[in-house]
Amino acid sequence: MAIDFKIPEHVQQQADMAKMAAEFMMRPVSRELDENEHARPTAFAENMWPVMRDMQKKTLDRLSTPPDAEKKPERQSTSNLRLMLMIEMLSWGDAGIYLCLPGGALGGAAVEAVGTPEQKMRFLKRFAEGEVPAWGAMAMTEPGAGSDTSAIQTTAVLDKATNEWVLNGEKIFCTNGKLALEESDGLVIVWASIDRSAGRAGMRPFVVEAGTPGVKVTKLEIKHGIRASDTAAILLENARIPADNILGSPEVQREGGGGFKGAMATFDATRPLVAASALGIGRAALEFLKDTLSENGVDVPYGQPYHKLTAIQRDVIEMESQLNAAYLLTLRAITLLDQRQPNNLESAMCKQKAGKVVTQITQKAVELLGMMGYSREWLVEKWMRDGKINDIYEGTGQINTLIVARRILGYSSKELG
Amino acid sequence: MVSFIPSDEQQQLIDSIRKFATNDMQPAAHDADEHGSIPAAVLNKGWQIGLVPTAIPEELGGLGELSALNGVLAAEELAFGDLSAALAILSPALFATPVTLYGTAEQREVWLPGFLEAKPPKTTAALLEPGIFFDPHHLKTTAVEADGGYVLNGHKAVVPLADDADVLLVYAHDESSGSTEGFLVNKGTAGLSIADGEKLMGLRALPTFRVSLDNVKVDAPCRLGGAVGSDFNGLVNRMRVASAALAVGVGRAAFEYARDYAKQRQAFGAPIAQKQAIAFMLAEMAIEVDAMRLQTWEAAWTLDQGEDATKKAYLAKTYADKAVMQVADSGVQVLGGYGFIREYPAERWLRNARGFAALEGIAIV
Repeated sequence: MAIDFKIPEHVQQQADMAKMAAEFMMRPVSRELDENEHARPTAFAENMWPVMRDMQKKTLDRLSTPPDAEKKPERQSTSNLRLMLMIEMLSWGDAGIYLCLPGGALGGAAVEAVGTPEQKMRFLKRFAEGEVPAWGAMAMTEPGAGSDTSAIQTTAVLDKATNEWVLNGEKIFCTNGKLALEESDGLVIVWASIDRSAGRAGMRPFVVEAGTPGVKVTKLEIKHGIRASDTAAILLENARIPADNILGSPEVQREGGGGFKGAMATFDATRPLVAASALGIGRAALEFLKDTLSENGVDVPYGQPYHKLTAIQRDVIEMESQLNAAYLLTLRAITLLDQRQPNNLESAMCKQKAGKVVTQITQKAVELLGMMGYSREWLVEKWMRDGKINDIYEGTGQINTLIVARRILGYSSKELG
Repeated sequence: MVSFIPSDEQQQLIDSIRKFATNDMQPAAHDADEHGSIPAAVLNKGWQIGLVPTAIPEELGGLGELSALNGVLAAEELAFGDLSAALAILSPALFATPVTLYGTAEQREVWLPGFLEAKPPKTTAALLEPGIFFDPHHLKTTAVEADGGYVLNGHKAVVPLADDADVLLVYAHDESSGSTEGFLVNKGTAGLSIADGEKLMGLRALPTFRVSLDNVKVDAPCRLGGAVGSDFNGLVNRMRVASAALAVGVGRAAFEYARDYAKQRQAFGAPIAQKQAIAFMLAEMAIEVDAMRLQTWEAAWTLDQGEDATKKAYLAKTYADKAVMQVADSGVQVLGGYGFIREYPAERWLRNARGFAALEGIAIV
């Protein structure tokens, strides 16, 4: 081990392929899907399905292979690095369409992170086989519970007679909820309380499969950006699911947060991926800005003293170094994952920085390009609208700052609320 | 393969300098700043770390390991201890590194073995010039070919340890090549004069000087790299990376002090760190220090790959110039009134931090 920034060649090749997909499958329909909210990027989903399906199949195959059979010398995994660069490139193409990528997504990630081997096989198989795409989703937020997940009202009660959980409540802001529940044989991870008096310790993720009676998509949000991606509201009315669709222990442990704490650890894996998407949008805006400036006779030199730069050149240099900072913080969080090292602090840091940077870069790009930046003729204004969500979902910038603060100070959530 | 975990050797380097920085440099920093001088014991111990001898080529008796990455790891730790002392300890490299990289065989043989001795030769380098609008690629100091040698004219500023130096590496605009070149100028050469010590806002423990060159004549072999000259842009990249690394060290010192202070300072019945207004400032400081460091590492790594690091080095430095000011300013702010009192180190870090954007070429990796 040593400090090293070399991206392995096979990983870079995959990223280059993702960039091709972004250029030829996403950019051409980017504007059209933005203007026609709730239309589906069908061609993209169908084209990407075999890729995503085979990736999922590989992870499941590894699961069913006895560990001894493939005991290789300990090598650093590249799976998270590959995912990061792929997401960055696809989001460079179109962040809204990227979110429609078929597969388990956040729902699958939760199953991977805390599911038993049996659960992984049972739930993830649908993302590893078949000719038509399937989607997974995560439903945590409620009208009265955003960052404060202890305020979740949805309940899960075990009906011992039928050995089923009975779910009741309302979920909102569920990315791909409709694709997962009504337009494919997918699944949604629904967070519900098994003991309202236990607060966070009573919270558990449940797997709700498509076609479950009592589950209904009631609304698709109309949004500022990422309009190609559906954001669903879901109503659960006496929705019955098998007893072993609970992820983690059904017992409430009041000390140490119980199963909830373990499940929250999935954020350490998903936050850098949101950061990666932010990086892609930021890169799209910055590249376009530089190309356009160059076509208009303004090039940005690197190495000139400050007093020899114009205001626009200074802005671009600032944007570029900010983006690079966010990229490296994300690369670090991802690399730690691949090295199986703890990354709670680093993942919150990269998400906070990338969310902020993409917001600032895209807003600045619109400003610098004047009326054409503001025009819907170009995609810059869209990137500004798409970028902002990265400072909000998967923990707002403020929540991630709070996590960083707690970590560096060694404080619990009681000591620093 | 991407990794942010230092090798065992890198970690040893970090640990040993961190120990020195914490036990020797930090305790001496306040008085050094107030009195305008660094204790000899600190300088001696700093030299014993052996940073420069490691980089001297093998055929001349060194280890031949001129690693920019090791350089930035060391520079961060030294600046974490004290920026003035760090610059003094690293100052031999201002001369040794350019000679190692671009010196002629003769220049290397004459000058480099001395850096393997128990005490380094007294050397320095003069790049900065007095006035505003400094551009290292368009210096006002000139070198004109004459009588088989060069004549140097101009003024230099913030030259570290110049009063004590036996030889100076003076950078000047070479009229024949049209670019910046280095010239080895011995102490006592006619026309070379060193003024009284410079008075700066920060770096007060580091003796720096104005240097004037009035028709200073040097022989042709005194040009760095002889007839071939040097890749000055390559040197600038190394200076920028060094500057960024030192900024990380200052930022980290300011951050860690503020963090520890906020945890023990009570207000309204609890440590102020338990207020989001303070905790969020500290979180931002932590993120910015890491952001600076990662860019610095990346630029240094790029240098070590032998690739053109101009863009990476420039971005790392411009980022660090700004970020270290934010961090150092927040460091003062978290301490409130105590942040403004010279008995506490926070204001010194703020004064020192301002130097990064204002000064160029006072360190190199």
